[in-house]
Amino acid sequence: MDALLSLMHGFEVLLTFDKMLLMLVGITLGILVGVLPGLGGPNGVAILLPLTFSMDPTSAIVMLSCLYWGALFGGAITSILFNIPGEAWSVATTFDGYPMAQKGQAAEALTAAFTASFVGSLVAVLLITFLAPSIAEFAIWFGPPEFFAVYLLTFCSFVGLGREAKHKIVISLIVGFLLAAVGMDTVSGQLRMTYGSVELLRGFDFLVAVIGLFGISEILLTMEDQLAFKGQKAVIRMKVVWETWKTLPRYWVTLLRSSAIGCWLGITPGGAIAASFMGYNLAKRFARDKEGFGQGRIDGVLAPETAAHAAGTSALLPMLALGIPGSGTAAVLLGGLMVWGLQPGPLLFTEHADFVWGLIASMYLGNIAGLIIVLATVPLFAAVLRVPFATIAPMIIVSCAVGAFAVQNAMFDIWLMLAFGVVGYVFKKLDYPLAPMVLALVLGDKAEDAFRQAMIGARGNMGVFWSNGLVGTITTLALLMLFWPVIMKLVGMVRGDRAPRTA
Amino acid sequence: MSADLHPSAAPDDRAVISRRTVDLSVSVLLFLIALALAYDNWKVGIAWAPDGPEAGYFPFYLCMIMAVASLVGVARSLTDTNGRDGFVTRGQARRVMQVFVPTLIFVALIQVLGIYVASFILVAGFMIWLGKAPVWKALLTAAIFTAFMFYVFDIQFTVLMPKGPLEAAFGL
Repeated sequence: MDALLSLMHGFEVLLTFDKMLLMLVGITLGILVGVLPGLGGPNGVAILLPLTFSMDPTSAIVMLSCLYWGALFGGAITSILFNIPGEAWSVATTFDGYPMAQKGQAAEALTAAFTASFVGSLVAVLLITFLAPSIAEFAIWFGPPEFFAVYLLTFCSFVGLGREAKHKIVISLIVGFLLAAVGMDTVSGQLRMTYGSVELLRGFDFLVAVIGLFGISEILLTMEDQLAFKGQKAVIRMKVVWETWKTLPRYWVTLLRSSAIGCWLGITPGGAIAASFMGYNLAKRFARDKEGFGQGRIDGVLAPETAAHAAGTSALLPMLALGIPGSGTAAVLLGGLMVWGLQPGPLLFTEHADFVWGLIASMYLGNIAGLIIVLATVPLFAAVLRVPFATIAPMIIVSCAVGAFAVQNAMFDIWLMLAFGVVGYVFKKLDYPLAPMVLALVLGDKAEDAFRQAMIGARGNMGVFWSNGLVGTITTLALLMLFWPVIMKLVGMVRGDRAPRTA
Repeated sequence: MSADLHPSAAPDDRAVISRRTVDLSVSVLLFLIALALAYDNWKVGIAWAPDGPEAGYFPFYLCMIMAVASLVGVARSLTDTNGRDGFVTRGQARRVMQVFVPTLIFVALIQVLGIYVASFILVAGFMIWLGKAPVWKALLTAAIFTAFMFYVFDIQFTVLMPKGPLEAAFGL
């Protein structure tokens, strides 16, 4: 059991006063970020990333990943108490969570949500602990063609599995790629798409883009809805927690099913949002009495929360093992790795074992600590939401500006952030997905390098992407993902001819 | 959200512009951007050099895909018949501007006054004009918040923020 030994080592790395303190800070900030509208997982991490430039990578990732867990927990608070999803992945939690709170069962709903989150993450972390090292070991033999094929698979699954209009997903991806390509070409040193601007020479930093796209745009959208936060009150007593926990084993099938869905969707870049809806829908479909759903059923809270957390956590698996993030926040964390001077990819496990296992160990501790903290501090964070938005909004705007500036100490970046904010606002209103753009922006250069290296090796023969079984399988799978909706339609038509309208 | 262009609606609920118009304009804009960037990459070189594809190769073909995708977008919004919903209502547009304009001024002020003074003005101003908070409360909140940001960034983490005349007067 190599993984267990390494994990023990990870705990050793982690169990210092400094790192534990950073964990607590990360979780608390994370919950806050999850609760406040306009701040979320990706841009919360992006704003704080510049603060970690001077830290050692392990401390930095421990703090930022804990922020991520905190944000996942925090989203549930606003969904249940205020019927406002703090994060997109908490939308499904409002369906039954808010009705429960209205019935005076807020404490039960919150306990269920947090515990479900905890279970989901735990399953995903176990998966990471035992699966990621093997995948990394396997992936060490990957050459440029294999890597490009995996990138292709990531991007194609976004297009194939996304809920938005396909052309909008494609556009979002390509805008990300093109933004990444602006500036000096890493291979030839030529300038691309700079139009003579000195500021554009540096290219676009993904952190600035994330802060604008997710932070500023979210503030504009929140303001549009004229939010008045009127929510249910909640104090969680130990007795209620205990009573709720006692009922949970009854729902083990729901928990397990949602964990599995979450893990699967987290690893393939479907993301936590899709996972939470799918978890909810499946719980509804398999339930004996479907009527109670939407009126405050505890498994209606358990199902989406478990799936969302399992997905959010397992999104880190491909990031660690292959250097390919499974979600927007994972993409930002991956960008962090590069800033701290670590090369993401399969070699991370051998070259920076302290870092990787410290991070994995922090996932265990972070989720336990997160569960306790969030149960204890719900009234506090609910109180934060009662602060008028006119007080919170400018503070979030300032935090965004500070974060954007700190990336490269450039005033131009603050203007850029504002521009991205407007783009994000318009794109969100028109249902362009933003996560593919961020992913492409982070991975664009690496994908292009892999493509060019593969092409150089093969002297321009595209056949290199089918040159052996492995790369051929991945490439074919990618194309399959890309045309998935078309394929399903064709299958449906063929079936429809034989047995009309059975489905 | 489902405000339509019906003239008898309350003035605040009337849409400023239809969703379809915005969708169409964005698609056209993206198409033009794709063409412009494609031209730039074509100038850089999209052919094959002895050492592999030239610098413009990859982005050029991305631009081509984007051009096609945005044309699909144009076609979709032209044929779409239920896109008559409003993009923003007047009330929404006004509220968005209530945040956007101060933010714009804030960013401009950073350049002149430094980020801390600008933050103080933004937070206090926002609370007084939009939040209708008592002046003393707004000033106190803004001061505490700004001091906290200064402590965390400039002192604790030594991430140096843009400064202006006030900081200079204190010799920072």
